[in-house]
Amino acid sequence: METITKFNAETTVNAEVQHKVEQLLAEYAATIDEEQYRDWPQYFTEKCLYKIISRDNYHKKMPFGFMYCDNRNMLRDRIASMKNANVYEPHTYRHMLSRSVVTDGGDGSLIARTSYMVVRIMHDGTQEIFSTGSYIDRIVSEDGKLRFKEKIVVTDSTRVDVLLVIPL
Amino acid sequence: MSETLTPNVNVQWPSSNTSRVPYTVFTDPELFKQEQKEIFLGPNWNFVAMELEIPNKGDYKSTFVGDTPVVVVRDEEGQVHCFVNRCAHRGSVLVFDQTGNKEDFTCVYHNWRYDLSGKLKSVAFQHGVRKVGGMPKDFSLDDHHLTRARVEVYYGLVFATFSDETPPLKEYLGERMANHIARVLNRPIRILGTYSQTLHSNWKLYMENSKDSYHASLLHTFFTTFKLNRLSMEGGVMVDGGGGHHLSWSKRGTDSATGTEYEKPGELRSLNDEFTLADPTLINAWQEFDDGITHAIQTVFPNFVLQQIQNSLAVRLLIPLSAEKSELYWIMFGYEDDTPEQHDMRLRQSNLIGPAGLVSLEDGMIGNFIQRSIKHEENHSAVLEMGGREIEDQQSRVSEAAVRGFWQAYRARMGQ
Repeated sequence: METITKFNAETTVNAEVQHKVEQLLAEYAATIDEEQYRDWPQYFTEKCLYKIISRDNYHKKMPFGFMYCDNRNMLRDRIASMKNANVYEPHTYRHMLSRSVVTDGGDGSLIARTSYMVVRIMHDGTQEIFSTGSYIDRIVSEDGKLRFKEKIVVTDSTRVDVLLVIPL
Repeated sequence: MSETLTPNVNVQWPSSNTSRVPYTVFTDPELFKQEQKEIFLGPNWNFVAMELEIPNKGDYKSTFVGDTPVVVVRDEEGQVHCFVNRCAHRGSVLVFDQTGNKEDFTCVYHNWRYDLSGKLKSVAFQHGVRKVGGMPKDFSLDDHHLTRARVEVYYGLVFATFSDETPPLKEYLGERMANHIARVLNRPIRILGTYSQTLHSNWKLYMENSKDSYHASLLHTFFTTFKLNRLSMEGGVMVDGGGGHHLSWSKRGTDSATGTEYEKPGELRSLNDEFTLADPTLINAWQEFDDGITHAIQTVFPNFVLQQIQNSLAVRLLIPLSAEKSELYWIMFGYEDDTPEQHDMRLRQSNLIGPAGLVSLEDGMIGNFIQRSIKHEENHSAVLEMGGREIEDQQSRVSEAAVRGFWQAYRARMGQ
């Protein structure tokens, strides 16, 4: 997974697949940015991996990060807790995504690596770069739709400003 | 390193007991400087690292004692050292990364070279070039070692102090606090993850928060909703170290809501019985310790927290950056002999803690809620009367005794 950014990788997929993957990522980001949080779990397969971990810990192969979910119900619980239980100041995200480097995962899946930048917009208007990093995604086709079987959010920084409640 | 308070520091305590805390203690930049001298560089043990962060000889990590940058390093004999991250020549930082491995420390500016214990070993061109130039004849390497702290390691926790007056670590901790550290770190552990969190608040607001067992089920609603932690559970608070250290503990599965405010619908914001987990494996847990204690938060003055929340184990290191800003560094761990099932449960429970923790994320914000409302406030004080005005062990966690204890220790150290 770490070598997918090879120069002119021959396993690069065709333009149509590339387009579909980037479409998926664009929709994923828009869903979060437009606060459609209850729709967020549908981007994942029933059994899945969603993990947020710092780049430092990712490279050291540390098993624990900021968030860990291995099925869609855990993703739903994250949103349920965010909406019903947790206390935080109202804020939204704005994602900026790079083009994706998409390669064939070999088992019918696709692997995509995409840089992201998330600006956090607080209720009082404060806008700050909240997180930058890389999505390392394993994507599969299910019922004619592309979904994330794995989404590892590798944050460039080891530090979070205040708190992290809305998924990246 | 103790001096009398500078005249610029003007903190008026309204009472001789600690049931009132003037808000200026959280905002005064001069007081912050004074705390560096009296507390962090004063006669106290600062937590700086877990031994496992630097397992091999030559391994080092950079961190802070208060706002003083330090390096913690393991030497050839396995001994752990801690010194100020500042070359004795012209004051440049020696280490400018977070972790690494070195045979010695050589300053990049003029190549002064120190061994792993912080002793100066050589000075570039000490004898000049072909005996021309160089240092004066009476220049001695021994006069220019790095500023070294005393270090003690207890059950894998590395503590450092820059004061000669600090008592031995075990004495500083006291028997009960030492025993609790031994309880948790009773066998070889494995570090499972690390991260840090920026807190836009004074460091003391975070220490208050960690010692405040009153807020746990009120601010953190995830706990209460899933009956993970109610103040009606069996539990208590111990206060030691002149008030500076504390341990609050509770046992899950012993609570009864009968006759408490938890019973009355709408009474507490934190009750939401509608809310159930779609995947309850998140809170699967096993009895980790024979004593039946499922939740334990321990603090050691001035900057250390040891946490057991179910099977989620972690230490936290608090770094004061300014009067209004701090950093909190977390190390999550398990045991070397964890079974795959136990590891999996810990992994799921890792969702509970840290800046994205379902039961802890509010702590990142609550200090700032206070900080922003007390700017320039010179006349008002916080009220700490829950559980009385004394500082003693409590049978109930509905108490601010440990917070009052913190202020007692603080005032004693600060001469206030």
